[in-house]
Amino acid sequence: MQEDIYKVRIENIFEGPMDLLVHLIKKHEMDIYDIPIALITEQYLKYLEWMKSINIDIAGDFILMASTLTKIKSKMLLPIHGEEDDDEDPRLEIVKPLEEYLRIRSAADELASRNLLGEDTFVRNPHQENLSVDQDDEIIKVGLFELIDAFQKILEKISVQRGVNIFTADTISVRDRIAQLIEIFETKKSVTFNDLFYNNVDKSEVVVTFLAILEMVRLSLITIVQNTQTGIIRLFYL
Amino acid sequence: MEHIKNIIESLLLVADEPLSVDRINSIVDQAEKKEIKNALEELASEYENRNGGFFLREVAGGYQIRTRPEYREWIKRLIQPKPIRLSKAALETLAIIAYKQPIIRNDIEHIRGVNCGGILHMLLERKLVRVLGRKAIPGRPLVYATTKQFLEVFELKNLEDLPTPGEISELGDSAPENKA
Repeated sequence: MQEDIYKVRIENIFEGPMDLLVHLIKKHEMDIYDIPIALITEQYLKYLEWMKSINIDIAGDFILMASTLTKIKSKMLLPIHGEEDDDEDPRLEIVKPLEEYLRIRSAADELASRNLLGEDTFVRNPHQENLSVDQDDEIIKVGLFELIDAFQKILEKISVQRGVNIFTADTISVRDRIAQLIEIFETKKSVTFNDLFYNNVDKSEVVVTFLAILEMVRLSLITIVQNTQTGIIRLFYL
Repeated sequence: MEHIKNIIESLLLVADEPLSVDRINSIVDQAEKKEIKNALEELASEYENRNGGFFLREVAGGYQIRTRPEYREWIKRLIQPKPIRLSKAALETLAIIAYKQPIIRNDIEHIRGVNCGGILHMLLERKLVRVLGRKAIPGRPLVYATTKQFLEVFELKNLEDLPTPGEISELGDSAPENKA
């Protein structure tokens, strides 16, 4: 067992502590529901030593796991006092995340085994990645002031149409509005600024929509451009 | 409606993204949805029986003609697609987001036990993942979810179509894998 540790090939460099743990459990054919915690802690620490000796920087994550393992190990050594059912197996602290991680790994394998578009299966017209604007249209990136101007216009239109609504029953949060807008962008890729306000009849909704747009720009979810000829402002999903 | 199947087939051939029944319905508005659905199913089984170079797949809420995976090598000689190969780490991160969405970065890293900022960035860039917004907790962290593109790339009808993650197939207590 001593020399085993040196046999590990280079491609087995582990990306994270979970990876390493899974590897050790597999290698020693342990049952994850009954992990010999002393053995795995020892193996784990040896591995860290080995990584240090070949000058791999050990990230904090690895150290954290080492301390968790050591903690569990020492807990296991302590005699249990009080009611029997009170203390759960200290190993659960590591078993639960391990289970979760293994589930994710198998899910990742499943995903990888599917017929991937652009790898296993192809379509006739692959997506055009670029913004589908006519080359002739001269466009400029819109600044905040143009946006505010456009916003003002929409507000004016509302007060003409509806007057001011004082009480509204259902209000929508900016976050929800962002989610809605994303739905629209997912299907349409690009919309004009005015289209987004087409259905907003009351002022608070218009404000929420506007704030949502600003937030989306900030998160670089969308980009906003204006046609120099028509002055139409368009929003593109990135 | 007459020729409905042919009309839909022609649309499918030209469309640059999966066509939903609703979308087809908005184009062929004389037809009923049921009719469209039936025509699509007929087309799918015709392609299946013909066993030719392509089939009809239901992806991302729509239908799309796609080539059969058997012929991938030939197609790759014709076009050089941008490789979409994802690393193991990227796939794991994507799987976490797919199954746990909406999810914040911290929770993703908690499951993988390792930092995933770079991977997230790459997934965002490839449009497999998107930012949904921010979570109303201290620090207002970004919330991540998968995109329509994700469904298209992984040939999934919708998120419910994600395979049920296998019960710890890898390290079950019943049959430990003998892999050194």
